[in-house]
Formats: sequence, structure tokens, C-alpha cells
Amino acid sequence: MVRKKTTVKAVNAVSFKIMPQETLGVVGESGCGKSTLARAVLGLYPPNSGEIHYQDQRIDRLSPQQMLPFRKKMQMIFQDPYASLNPRMTVNKILAEPVYFHNKSISAQAAKDKVAEVMRQVGVDPAWAGRYPHEFSGGQRQRISIARALMVDPEFVVADEPVSALDVSIQAQILNLMMEAQEKRGLTYMFITHDLSVVKHISTRVAVMYLGTICELAPTQTLYEQPTHPYTRALLSAIPELGVQKPKHLKLKGEVPTPINLPSGCVFHGRCIYANERCTVEIPRLIEQDSGAYVACHGVEEKRI
Amino acid sequence: MSHLLEVKDLEVNFALWSGELTAIDGISFSLDRGERLGIVGESGAGKSVTGFAIINLISRPGYISGGKILFEDQELNRLPEDEMRAIRGNRISMIFQDPMMTLNPVLTIATQMTETVLAHEDVSKAEAMDIALEKLKKVHIPSPEKRLQQYPHECSGGMRQRIVIAIALLTNPGLIIADEPTTALDVTIQAEIMDLLLELCESEKMGLILITHDLGVVSQITEKIVVMYAGKIVESGSTTSVVQNPQHPYTQGLIKALPGIIPPGSRLNQIPGMMPNLTEIPRGCAFHPRCTISDTICSTDVPALISKEQQGRLVACHMIK
Ligand SMILES: Nc1ncnc2c1ncn2[C@@H]1O[C@H](COP(=O)(O)OP(=O)(O)OP(=O)(O)O)[C@@H](O)[C@H]1O
Ligand code: SF4
Ligand SMILES: [Mg+2]
Repeated sequence: MVRKKTTVKAVNAVSFKIMPQETLGVVGESGCGKSTLARAVLGLYPPNSGEIHYQDQRIDRLSPQQMLPFRKKMQMIFQDPYASLNPRMTVNKILAEPVYFHNKSISAQAAKDKVAEVMRQVGVDPAWAGRYPHEFSGGQRQRISIARALMVDPEFVVADEPVSALDVSIQAQILNLMMEAQEKRGLTYMFITHDLSVVKHISTRVAVMYLGTICELAPTQTLYEQPTHPYTRALLSAIPELGVQKPKHLKLKGEVPTPINLPSGCVFHGRCIYANERCTVEIPRLIEQDSGAYVACHGVEEKRI
Repeated sequence: MSHLLEVKDLEVNFALWSGELTAIDGISFSLDRGERLGIVGESGAGKSVTGFAIINLISRPGYISGGKILFEDQELNRLPEDEMRAIRGNRISMIFQDPMMTLNPVLTIATQMTETVLAHEDVSKAEAMDIALEKLKKVHIPSPEKRLQQYPHECSGGMRQRIVIAIALLTNPGLIIADEPTTALDVTIQAEIMDLLLELCESEKMGLILITHDLGVVSQITEKIVVMYAGKIVESGSTTSVVQNPQHPYTQGLIKALPGIIPPGSRLNQIPGMMPNLTEIPRGCAFHPRCTISDTICSTDVPALISKEQQGRLVACHMIK
């Protein structure tokens, strides 16, 4: 089997890899740069510095033409199925388009069969292929965007908040569908969300982001059982739990700075109760811990936390 | 003593060109002084319409087509608009998902807050400013004097929502209706706002109606819960008992579908199908096409919301004893 890996140099200048068939969850609060990271990984945004490799090939400097074979292998699913599906196209057209784009010589019948096959796989009746997106519910539309991503048999799918706009009961349907597609097709996912219980459920490993940097990256169980970075701890303690009356979350101080006006040193220092002099000047690097987690925190490195 | 709020057989219709739609179909619940109630359910269930109906703010083509709303012994749905306006934003305050529904972008926080005070109380400008400052302190806004001079856009989303809550407090309301107040906010900020609402309800003896689709949030700070489906209440009771031991198949489905209660990576429990449109609400129990325990009676007869074996609980289901 080909070992494929994607490498991203985040702001704190540390690389991470996504392993074949794993689900890398990316969590963090709104505006922390999750979507930017996703687009950079797919080569949609050129990174300011750093490199992106896909299956040992560097892809961040490729021309659109050279990028074409990679585009087919890497697909994206967006949060808002309303905005990401062209309202003037029938579902059939939406789904057939990427097929024609990557295979100019495919026959109309073959394309149609492929559309029907994938629609069936995502649980939308192929008889509805002639309908327009607005004729479907939110959950069905998200199924159709998943179908569109699967049309070209990708290896790697980046899903940016794919269930955030959906109700719980529909969310469960879509997450199940994504887990099934992964098993059947051996897909690799990068799954971006702000929902900590969703990410816990489906990820192999989790990266926690704060203001454009990764503060912790760890296998899912390790992260949830022993969160190490002060921000990860605060985040996990804030998850509302069913039937727990009084919230006992860890309080952060200060206010969230804007990404335009990034703090010096550790971007989290203004909100961190453990911050010292060093934290305000020196950017912490991601350092591997005994637990297997990577943590970017001076306090952890100095064993103060 | 009578309740702070009593909603009795409330019905809200929308008169559309295609015909009359019933968005709220005969719901009843009550709230005492200082009590906190959560209204949960999926998108389109009628949670927001219920909130707006209480303050008589249903806009056309919608209208209250039946039932009563009693608040502090007044029948709100019969009040003339000028009397209703004296209650709205005064005895009852509403907080929305988007703080900018309440805040004026071109006025400083100080101006907006003192204007509200002056409209409701006979005080001097300086006194109004003192009241504004006091309320900002109550919602734990750091350096409140500085904040007063700022415009809404200079504040983060969480800070804006705190300011909205401070504005709500200006008139010492008896009831706050919060419609998805933290849905647009991040988890850590959400937790802080929920803490704040809980603290204020207790210290100011305010009633709270918290409208949200997030069962986790509701279970943190409310004492009572109402679960809505397709314009009706399907289950109600004390929050802890409903969340820990749901009776109605829909409530059970909602709770079982949450990730976090089953081992990571396993298939989530899904409720088949989806909530119907108002135009095509099924006959009998509106939930029957999605229900796993339904019987023939479910597709013909509407189940009443009644007390079952589980104490202090109301359930609308033919099959639950
Ligand atoms: N102006 C309107 N005209 C027609 N129907 C309306 C109007 N406003 C609301 N409705 C309908 O009333 C029903 C209840 O809507 P409501 O906004 O109360 O839902 P909700 O439970 O608050 O949902 P959400 O979680 O999405 O906020 C919906 O089916 C909606 O389509
Ligand atoms: S009344 Fe019937 S269909 Fe409705 S929830 Fe109960 S069992 Fe299910
Ligand atoms: Mg609503």
C-alpha cells in the first residue's frame, strides 16, 4: 500500500501528518483558523511559508494543471449545504459535473449510472436526481454534498463543520454515513468542528487549535482522558454534559484577541492563568510528552503544569 | 399564589395564501417566580414562535389563534399594544442568538443603556449612568467604565451578549426569555454565559425561559423542561428526570442520538426520517412515521399530554403507561 501523508506547517512551525485511513479531528473556537488550515491542506490557499506533501510529493507549489490529479484524490465537504450546492443545477448535474471534469471521455450512460450508484450509497433515492437542491431538506442536502465529494472516488476528504447546521437526529444519520463510507472506501478524513463530543466520537487523533496555532495534538483517548495544554483543559471542561446541573468549567481570564492582532509569545498567554514572563515573549513549540501527546506550552515543558 | 407565567392551550396560526397553517397547536405550561424552564426540540418545532407569542410579538401572517397567556395576573394576549409595550422590555426581556438584534450599532453602550433607564424610570442622567454601571458589573464585564464609552462593534460576541443581558437587567424584569442565546458562541464563552444566567436568576429572583436545541445546555441550568415536536409538547417534567429517564419515544431518540453516550467510533442511534413540514403534519401522533413502537391507534388518534406512571411527568404518547 502507498503510504500517504499530508504535512502542514502551522504557525508554530511544527509539522503534522495525517496517516492513511485515519480521521484527524481539528477542534477550536470560531475564527481560530481551522478552515484556513483545511484549505491550505487541499492546496486551495498557498501557505505563506512551509510545505504540504501528499504521498511524499510536495503540492504547495504546483500549477493548476499539475494539481489536477491531486484534486481528484482530495475532496471537501462544507458546513453549509445550502451555499455549496448550485441552486440552478439539478442534483444529477451537480453530481455528474466532477465526473466529467476528471474524465472527459466518460459516456453519458456511465456518468448517469455512477450518479445513481453514489446517490444510493448516501441514502438519497436516485429517482430524485432530476430535482433541485431547494427541494431537499438540510440533512438530504448534506447527503448530496457528501455524494458529490465521493463521485470521483477520492482518497482524502476534508470535512469542514459538516454537521454543525444539522439537528441532532440528522447529525447522527450523517455521521453514520461518513463512518460507513470511510470503512467501505478506506477514506482518510480531516474533520473540522467546534463540537467536542462529535470530534471525540469519530476521530483517531485530535488537533486543538487556538488563534491559528496548534496547542495540542494527541490520540483521541489520550486527549480526552488527560488533556495537558491549559487551553485544551478549559475547552474540555466547558462541554455541557447531560444531567449535570451546575457547570464546573475552568474559567479563562481576559478576552479572545482578534487574529489580526496576534499576541506575542504564546498566543494563549493573555487568557492563561499559568502564564509567566517567558510565555509573553517566546513562542512555545509542540513537544512530545510521555503520554504520546504533542503540547505547545512553556508551563508544561517547565513541568509547572 | 398564582404562577408568574401561565400559558394555556396556546395556538398560533399562519394565514398563508395557500391556507391556514398551525405552528403551535394547543400548548400549556407554567413558570413560577425565579423558576428556570427549558424549551427544546429540533428546528421548526415551534420554540421561537412560542417565545414570541408570550410577548405578543407574532408578526403577520402569524397570529395567536387560541388560548391565553397570563403573566403577573394580566392576560397578555388581550392587552392593547401600548400596555403590552410597557411590559415588553420591562417586566419581560428577551435575549436573542444575535446580540445585534438588541444593540444599536451607531450608539455607545452608555447611550443605549441610559436611554432604556430614562424611558422606564424617573431619574437624572447621572443616576441612569450609575444604574448602567451597576448592571455591567452584575454581568461581570471587566473595566465597565471603559466599556460604557465603546460601540458594540468594539466588543467580542460573548461580551456583546453580556451587554444585552445587562440591558435586560436595567428594568428588573420578572422574566427573561432567551432564544438560543449562546448558539453562535464558543463553548468556553457559552459556559460563562450560562453560569451568569443561572447566577442572575438566583440573585434577582428572575424567571427564565431558555429556548435551545441543545439538551446539554438546557440540562445545565434549568429545573423544568418542555420537549416540543411539530408544534406540540410531547413531554415535560423536571429537567433531571426527563434527561435521565425520558419516556416519550422522541425524547428518547433525541438523547440516544447524542455522541458521547456510546463508545467512540460505533454507529450513533439515529431517529429515522425527519420532522414533517407544517403543511404535511401526519394524522394522529405527528411522530408516528418515525416511531419504533407505534401501533394502529397512533396514525388515527392524537395522543393527549397527560400524566403517566412516572411521577411529575406529562407525556403525549399512546403506548407509554
Ligand atoms: N412568518 C412565517 N410564515 C410562515 N411560517 C412560519 C413563519 N414563522 C415561523 N413559521 C413556521 O413556524 C414553525 C415554527 O418555527 P420556529 O421558528 O418557532 O421554530 P424553532 O423551533 O424555533 O426552530 P429553530 O430551532 O430552527 O429556531 C416552523 O415550521 C416555521 O416554518
Ligand atoms: S403515540 Fe404512538 S407514534 Fe406517537 S410516540 Fe407514542 S407510540 Fe410513537
Ligand atoms: Mg428558533
